[in-house]
Amino acid sequence: MTRRRAVLGGLRGWGGVAAMAVAIVLTAVFVLLPVLHSRGQESGASPGGPGVAKARPAADNCKDPEASVRPSGGSGPEIEKIKDRGRLVVGVDQNSYRWGYRDPNKPGGDLEGFDIDLVHEIAEKILGDPDKVQFRAIPTNQRIPAIQSGDVDMVVRTMTINCERIEDVDFSTAYFETGQQVLAPKNSEITGYDDSLSGKKLCLAAGSTAQAALKKESYGADLSTTVPNQLDCLVRLQLGEVDAIVTDGALGAGQAAQDPTIELKGEPFTEEFYGVAMKKGATKLVARVNQVLVDYRKNGWKSSYDAWLAADLGKSSGPPAAKYR
Amino acid sequence: MTHPPNGSAAPPVPAPPAMPAVPPQQAPAGPPGAAPGTPPPGPGRRTAWAEGVERLRAAATTEPGRLRIIGAVLALLVVVFGAVTAWETSARSAAADDVLHRSQRLSSDAADIYRSLADANTAASSGFLAGGQEPAAVRERYDRDIERASEKLARAASSSGADSGSADAIAELNQLLPQYTGLIERARANNREGLPLGGAYLRYANDRMQREMLPAAEKLYTSENERLRGDYDDATPYPWLSLALGVLALGALGWAQHRNYRHTNRVFNHGLLAATAAATVAVLWLAVGHSVARSGLDDSYDGGVRSLKVLNDARIAALKARGNENLTLVSRGAETVTVKDRSQDKFDFDYQKQIRSLGDAESGLLGEAARLADDRDGDEPVAKAADGLRAWTERHTLARERDDTGDYEGALEKVIGADDKDPTGESFDQVDRALGEAVAHEQRQFTGAAEDGRGAMTGLTVGIALLAVLGAAAAVLGIGRRLSEYR
Repeated sequence: MTRRRAVLGGLRGWGGVAAMAVAIVLTAVFVLLPVLHSRGQESGASPGGPGVAKARPAADNCKDPEASVRPSGGSGPEIEKIKDRGRLVVGVDQNSYRWGYRDPNKPGGDLEGFDIDLVHEIAEKILGDPDKVQFRAIPTNQRIPAIQSGDVDMVVRTMTINCERIEDVDFSTAYFETGQQVLAPKNSEITGYDDSLSGKKLCLAAGSTAQAALKKESYGADLSTTVPNQLDCLVRLQLGEVDAIVTDGALGAGQAAQDPTIELKGEPFTEEFYGVAMKKGATKLVARVNQVLVDYRKNGWKSSYDAWLAADLGKSSGPPAAKYR
Repeated sequence: MTHPPNGSAAPPVPAPPAMPAVPPQQAPAGPPGAAPGTPPPGPGRRTAWAEGVERLRAAATTEPGRLRIIGAVLALLVVVFGAVTAWETSARSAAADDVLHRSQRLSSDAADIYRSLADANTAASSGFLAGGQEPAAVRERYDRDIERASEKLARAASSSGADSGSADAIAELNQLLPQYTGLIERARANNREGLPLGGAYLRYANDRMQREMLPAAEKLYTSENERLRGDYDDATPYPWLSLALGVLALGALGWAQHRNYRHTNRVFNHGLLAATAAATVAVLWLAVGHSVARSGLDDSYDGGVRSLKVLNDARIAALKARGNENLTLVSRGAETVTVKDRSQDKFDFDYQKQIRSLGDAESGLLGEAARLADDRDGDEPVAKAADGLRAWTERHTLARERDDTGDYEGALEKVIGADDKDPTGESFDQVDRALGEAVAHEQRQFTGAAEDGRGAMTGLTVGIALLAVLGAAAAVLGIGRRLSEYR
């Protein structure tokens, strides 16, 4: 009997210990068992940024890119196509204040500006109605592809005539003269296109002549910020992401007009002419546009300038003279 | 990774399991003292384990000794069954609680955040299209969206663990949201001045939304859905270990009664019978209760969560398509993508992509939503959304035709015009409203089914732990009754 009791006593102890141990181990396991949440990794797929136009060596014999074909009022296949369609498809900008933009306070969303006036003039002369136009807003670096693919008949979008571009498209005679300029806050230490740009962040429109010029000589500036449109540079400047903007003086003046705290710094450091760009080889159309420009220089150019640009750029000595091949 | 603070507390440990193992009739006949049968200590030191085994072996040579061992083993088996069951079921019911009260809400909050952000962006672009003085309704919609997004972000921040990918996404969104609203305010101010700079700010804000905020919101949504899926996975598996132990305990009880019958010819031992009854009830309760809970939870997943996910995805796709439709007119081709060597308007391309993903009543997200909708109330809004979408794409084609032929004003009217012009905006609202109804319906279905499932688990843990303690006590009593016959 006593022996039995001893055994039971021993067992009782073990049973308690064992049961406790089970409980403790189970509790511990449960508390410590990590619940694994797998974390999915989102792959942020974002297409590559806008491509920069390929740099191509300008033809050696390019001396005078502004020289265009002689004006003519005749017709040709490209003009017939436009007439059949009944409207002119033009690539423009809607973000260049005073050049091509939409005034949000005017109903209908019509574009207006100096470039737009010229487009209406061309439509009037070719189709007999200034409003038979379809505007396509195109980014700076899509101007040439849009013409080459036939998406637009012509581009009237503050487009500089230069040796590189005449390899890809044909230009009308020049209708405006400008030059690259630096745009910075009034209290900035930047003085213009010079050593004061060293270490500063610049904003440029992708595929612009400013980009080409700064690739040659950057004065140690940081050129990593490129945007689809020069006006996007003003957004970056106001948000403090860049220190200065390099763009055409004509466009820079439009930016300064939208923000009284910035100004053009220094003199223009290039001499550039804007022209109407058309498909390479569309000679008849180019000649026709040149004919429109001959008349426009005499009648229309000045009043459009006064309406849009005189306030920002001051009095004009008139349109640049046409040069012909 | 740490455990979330609520909903997963340690399971209630059943009442000290050793206690019932004490036979209540301790009145040993022999005087306490050295047991004469104890073998003399062997040469050298012996471990307690070896000594214990020796004692057990000795005890097993007599019937009372064997009975005591059997009683102890029976009690232990029943208690272990109770403890394991308490552990397994409390883990599952905590997970079911999480599904019902926490992770599903967080997942639908995350969907709301995503939707509010996309909606605010769409409202901002609509307002821009309307001109410098944006319509009051559009501004209110934008304000409401931003309000809802920040409110739900705050809630998500307070209830999601600091561990998860959710926390990163929430922090990112909390940082980006004020930046975004700042950009929109600048866009509005410049727009009112009549400056094109307003449009540039809007594009920039849209860019930030598309590139940074919506991906972060999507990450949050995905991570909350994974958490929800994880909670389901924790709540639904059968408690196999508990069931196996329960069956083992029942088998042992049956064997003990059979042995008792063979030795005494008595059919019933009341204690063992009570223990068997308690264990049987516990096992049945466990099996049935868990099956019911599981089927409720599975229903809530299949009928609710899956539908909700598809519907939320569809709603977001519709919103993105609407935003892109607006931006096609805002940007007028200012951004392009090259697809198969052809340059296309970036926003129209994105619109087409979203519309394709929505599909129709048979395919795409809407088709899937229709398949998943399991009753008339669920089918109806999805069908309405599919109708709205068809009208939308027809009107959109018309708007694009107008824009492509130079009639920008006509296109604008077709997109954001008054309702008598049959604008795409009206169709979009119809799609969005119908999908909203469907979401509300599926949400109700989810809550109903999940509550049923969670309800079936009520009391399971405590009840089975109690039954196990009772069963163990009864087994020990029954064996004690037999033992007393030897005194």
